[in-house]
Amino acid sequence: MRLYEYEGKILAQKVGIPVPAGKMVDSPEKAREVAGEIKGEVVVKAQILLGGRGKAGGVRFASDPGEAEKVTREMLATRVRDRKVEKVLVEKKLEIVEEMYLGITIDEINKRMILLAGKTGGVEVEAIAQKPGAGFARALVDPFIGVPGFRAKELAKHLGATDKGLGALGNIVSRLYALVQKFDASVAEINPLVKTKDGSYLAADCRVEIDDDAIFRQKELESLGIFPREERGREPTELERKGAEIDRVDHRGVAGRVVEFDGDTALIIGGGGASLTVFDAILKYGGKPANYCEIGGNPTVRKLQLLTELILSKPGVKRLAVVTNVLSNTRVDLVARGVIKGMLNRGLDPRNFPVVFRVPGAWEDEGFRILDKYGIKYFDRTHTMDEAAQYICQMGRS
Amino acid sequence: MGLFVTVKLNPEECQDGCKSCLDVCPVGIFRIEGGKVKVVADNEDECTFCELCLERCGQKLVEIIKNY
Repeated sequence: MRLYEYEGKILAQKVGIPVPAGKMVDSPEKAREVAGEIKGEVVVKAQILLGGRGKAGGVRFASDPGEAEKVTREMLATRVRDRKVEKVLVEKKLEIVEEMYLGITIDEINKRMILLAGKTGGVEVEAIAQKPGAGFARALVDPFIGVPGFRAKELAKHLGATDKGLGALGNIVSRLYALVQKFDASVAEINPLVKTKDGSYLAADCRVEIDDDAIFRQKELESLGIFPREERGREPTELERKGAEIDRVDHRGVAGRVVEFDGDTALIIGGGGASLTVFDAILKYGGKPANYCEIGGNPTVRKLQLLTELILSKPGVKRLAVVTNVLSNTRVDLVARGVIKGMLNRGLDPRNFPVVFRVPGAWEDEGFRILDKYGIKYFDRTHTMDEAAQYICQMGRS
Repeated sequence: MGLFVTVKLNPEECQDGCKSCLDVCPVGIFRIEGGKVKVVADNEDECTFCELCLERCGQKLVEIIKNY
């Protein structure tokens, strides 16, 4: 779960990383108030879950509270990078002399957290990091040792700190790792990490992503006003919202995570790579996916039934494909039960409505018996997902 | 009766009311109503055939029928 900048900064403050004075607000009047408290020039930053805000007009300066109110009013009325801006962060404008980069993420190859420190930060950091000699230092973190003081200071030195700066910047390095540990973050990035005219170091921006699988134990987040949410790059459609509700019916298995598309072929698929294969195959044979969704972890029959009803409720859907790779921990018979119940509840006769199953795996014999009883065409594991896709696309046409 | 599974249990015959079936069922097929164990019709199709209820019922009063 990606956090907004202001949320990331709340966590940063919690572990002792200095951030500029400021507050998140959701109205121009409150922006004026906060700017008045800060005194002096402020920066108004759109709170969206995307980078590149500066270039898109999502970061603007204001010299007094009146201007902060005006800027906020304009920002809340517009879209930044095609996102509606619902809140802004009003912060003290800093007198920056240096911009650096500091980040921690997971190194998938070494199976460890990795610290990245760059002498150049700011909006172009990704492009800069690709260039040879870009001045980026990398340090893998041993999970049993963490980030000892000397390692933190080494990175601080790499970033150009000397004397007292070594301690101050070293502390930020250690504390960023503490943030990752404390809040189960998979990414924590300070970009830019700035040095101001008075020699202090602050996190001018802060991007944090919390590991979705750890959110259940991150009780402190809610007490800090940070609530679990699903982010997909745009506001969810009604169908997607309902899909998320279905998945919340109970904790058993996944049957939801719906993404709506403008197509005619409803899909019940298993998520991940196999789903992309199904998408490609459907397109190859002239169909158009109406949705993405995920089933897995042995969801209940009821969840599958509700999911089926939902995706078949989309106008323009002509056919249904239930296609997965070999299921090991999801039972085929339970999938068949749920899908058939969903179809019947929608008033669709499985013998007449174009539907295909290619769901081999656990309890498949029972599943095939159910499908046989309702006259549903199915492919077993000797046939590919591609064949099932070809079949259903032809079915819908005839 | 579920579309795919029917779970039968005669509450009148259930003498000791041990509620073992209710305790072991992982998908909530049984409930107590008026002091007696009853089958939740809405949940019958959730039955996974784990047969824990059959195993635990000392009086062998539970019957599971596949409707396919």
